Amino acid sequence: MSALVEMVDIDKSFPGVRALNKAKFELLAGEVHALMGENGAGKSTLMKILSGVYQRDAGSILLDGQAVDIASPRQAQDMGIGIIHQELALMRDLTAAQNIFIGREPRRMGGLLLDEAALNAQAATIFASMNLKLDPRVQVGGLTIARQQMVEIAKALSYKSRVLIMDEPTAALNDAEINELFAIIGRLKAEGVGIVYISHKMDELKRIADRVTVMRDGEYVGTVPAATTPIETIISMMVGRTLSNETPAFPDVSAAPVALDVRGLRRGREIRDVSFSVRKGEILGLAGLMGAGRTEVARAIFGADPIEAGEVFVNGEQVRISAPQDAVRAGIGYLSEDRKHFGLATGLDVRNNIALASLSRFTGPAGVLRESAMRDTAQGYIRQLAIKTPSDSQEARLLSGGNQQKVVIAKWLLRDCEVLIFDEPTRGIDVGAKSEIYKLLNALAAQGRAIIVISSELPEILRLSHRIAVMCEGRLTGFLPGGASQEDIMRLATMRPSAVAETEPNRKTA
Amino acid sequence: MDSISTETKPGLIAGIRTSGAFHKLLAFSGLIALLVVFSLASPNFMQTQNVLAILQATSVNGVLAIAATLVIITGGIDLSVGTLMTFCAVIAGVILTFLGLPLPLGVLGAILAGTAAGLVSGTIIAKLKVPPFIATLGMMLILKGLSLVISGTRPIYFNDTPGFTQIAQGSLIGSIIPALPVPNGVLILFLVAAVISFILGKTALGRYTFALGSNEEAVRLSGVNVDRWKIAVYALAGSVCGVAGLLIASRLNSAQPALGQGYELDAIAAVVIGGTSLSGGRGTVLGTLIGALIISVLANGLRILSVAQEWQTVVTGCIIILAVYADILRRRNL
Repeated sequence: MSALVEMVDIDKSFPGVRALNKAKFELLAGEVHALMGENGAGKSTLMKILSGVYQRDAGSILLDGQAVDIASPRQAQDMGIGIIHQELALMRDLTAAQNIFIGREPRRMGGLLLDEAALNAQAATIFASMNLKLDPRVQVGGLTIARQQMVEIAKALSYKSRVLIMDEPTAALNDAEINELFAIIGRLKAEGVGIVYISHKMDELKRIADRVTVMRDGEYVGTVPAATTPIETIISMMVGRTLSNETPAFPDVSAAPVALDVRGLRRGREIRDVSFSVRKGEILGLAGLMGAGRTEVARAIFGADPIEAGEVFVNGEQVRISAPQDAVRAGIGYLSEDRKHFGLATGLDVRNNIALASLSRFTGPAGVLRESAMRDTAQGYIRQLAIKTPSDSQEARLLSGGNQQKVVIAKWLLRDCEVLIFDEPTRGIDVGAKSEIYKLLNALAAQGRAIIVISSELPEILRLSHRIAVMCEGRLTGFLPGGASQEDIMRLATMRPSAVAETEPNRKTA
Repeated sequence: MDSISTETKPGLIAGIRTSGAFHKLLAFSGLIALLVVFSLASPNFMQTQNVLAILQATSVNGVLAIAATLVIITGGIDLSVGTLMTFCAVIAGVILTFLGLPLPLGVLGAILAGTAAGLVSGTIIAKLKVPPFIATLGMMLILKGLSLVISGTRPIYFNDTPGFTQIAQGSLIGSIIPALPVPNGVLILFLVAAVISFILGKTALGRYTFALGSNEEAVRLSGVNVDRWKIAVYALAGSVCGVAGLLIASRLNSAQPALGQGYELDAIAAVVIGGTSLSGGRGTVLGTLIGALIISVLANGLRILSVAQEWQTVVTGCIIILAVYADILRRRNL
């Protein structure tokens, strides 16, 4: 029997990055095939090539043994290849049903008009098959992330795909929703659909995957049966070495003075009574699922978003923060998860980016900037943080992700920030640069700075944090010591106080 | 249906919040308030003749604003609607006056000229990836220049085409019901509004118009030919500008090649006052219609109260800022 999909020797480069190097992948009908690897390993890129979003540079794709070219998402859909993207690709202003059938709306009057009734009815049928209680006419923008995810899944199902690619579909789902999803996957599998399942969660693989293919740095590592391969083996394939079980030595900071103290932070359903403190020299990890409110808390502390209640103390003194400039004055720096949008002026050069938060320091009489002083400072940080750039006058957008992150770090160091909040510090950074960023964070903590790290990657949280705070649905559900287990974190991250309340009424009437 | 939790139920509040109906309500009550104030201030304001004059004055800007609405819902902007209107009027002049062809051909030619210009703008934006602001700014100047070149910088009169002034100034309704001499220009405005409303609400083109403004990347990933639909929206907007060109030419009994620049700002103002989001994904023709009416009512009312033209402009500016600020307040509170 020939495979449903076979991808052979796929190459793909983006400007400055080699994303895939002779990658391969095989999918059988009726199989759940997990695709694993660290962030930046090339999983999503490979699947975007299969679903027509990207074009391969070299290699071949066989569908039912026939070589094919997949030039566009539309063509992929016509071939029966559906994908659920990691970043939700929904139109917020349209309804659930309109989203599902975008591009394939049922028509009436000889194709002239959209048949809204049929559209809603068909969407309702899909929701019913998923055992999902959702009004097809509801606007997607008003739904929770989990429900938006369900709409995405419904959309993929609506294509009657033979190949279904799911890119981290459970990232934002709770246990009940995950069970629901797995039941749907089981049904599809029985119907002979081949499912590619990208996930970081090891326990999920054991539950649903038949085979596992591991990728590393854009290359194929190997394919193993899911049931009989120990998790340790899969992990060592992913990281390229056997993981030593030694827990990193975390410094004892219990005697150090408290640098940041947050008390009773609140805003609506996003931030519900959040209190915590960070000591000088401590790295506090902030863990939780997507939408748990970690970024919201960080932005609230930083004054980027308003709060309803709460107090912030820096070095024991209460500070009133109503705008980012207040936070910066108090010595709090925030490195946002989206560097390109919020952290970096990508069009400016490295020198100006580093000086951006401290321009007054470089302003001479009559408001003229002292470029030479700025240059010296920037070059100092370029050496100190080992920023790879031809010169300090290089435009920031031309740097790699890791070096862009270092520029942002330099900006806040120059500003003398005592408290640094890192939101997904290694997102979009390749594996090699990651460990450099980790080293840098450890060094900053050793210098006595208080550091908060927000990350969706549990290994990252575990590797860095001296102490871990876990959030779920806007609440802090608990603190864990450094080196806690992934399971402990997941348990706290899925502690939903409202889960009971939300499912109760449904059960009664269903 | 009762098993649906409150979160997913499109209740009255949620419906109003998301559809922009609240803003329409706001704009609508603003319009009513203006009408009340002006009719109390002057007995002449609510005279049938004055009301019809207001409507007639709204017709050109209203039609242009509807064209702008289409583009703005996609998340784009069209700065060329004003000079495109003039260009279409000049084309009608060429066909009817220079070539002496029959009236229906002139009407058709003007509208097709609008469609063609829209196709060009849309193609520049979709295929060459030039930002809409720049692409339509360029088109605005190109069309202005072409109008002057084609007409030899002189107005083209329609004296040889006797039916031409009837397009906007005649009254089909008046000929049936003499007590209600609604000018055809007003009729055409409402007709255009109805047709575009229908396209936005009921057709695939309309659906993609909203989808593009909401999340263009998501539409592309859904396998929709984004470029083609975007071009189609600009082409439709261009056709609507063609109608506006006929209206203004008919009212002036001439194509004035120097006219047109500045009209795009009035049109965008009407769109914004009507609650259409400049960031795209949201908007209604009805809102735009109300927005255009507010601008004309203000101009007319202030003139009746003998407020100087200069101050009318100041007031309109304030209204635009107030309308958008009200929208921001609404979003913050809900």
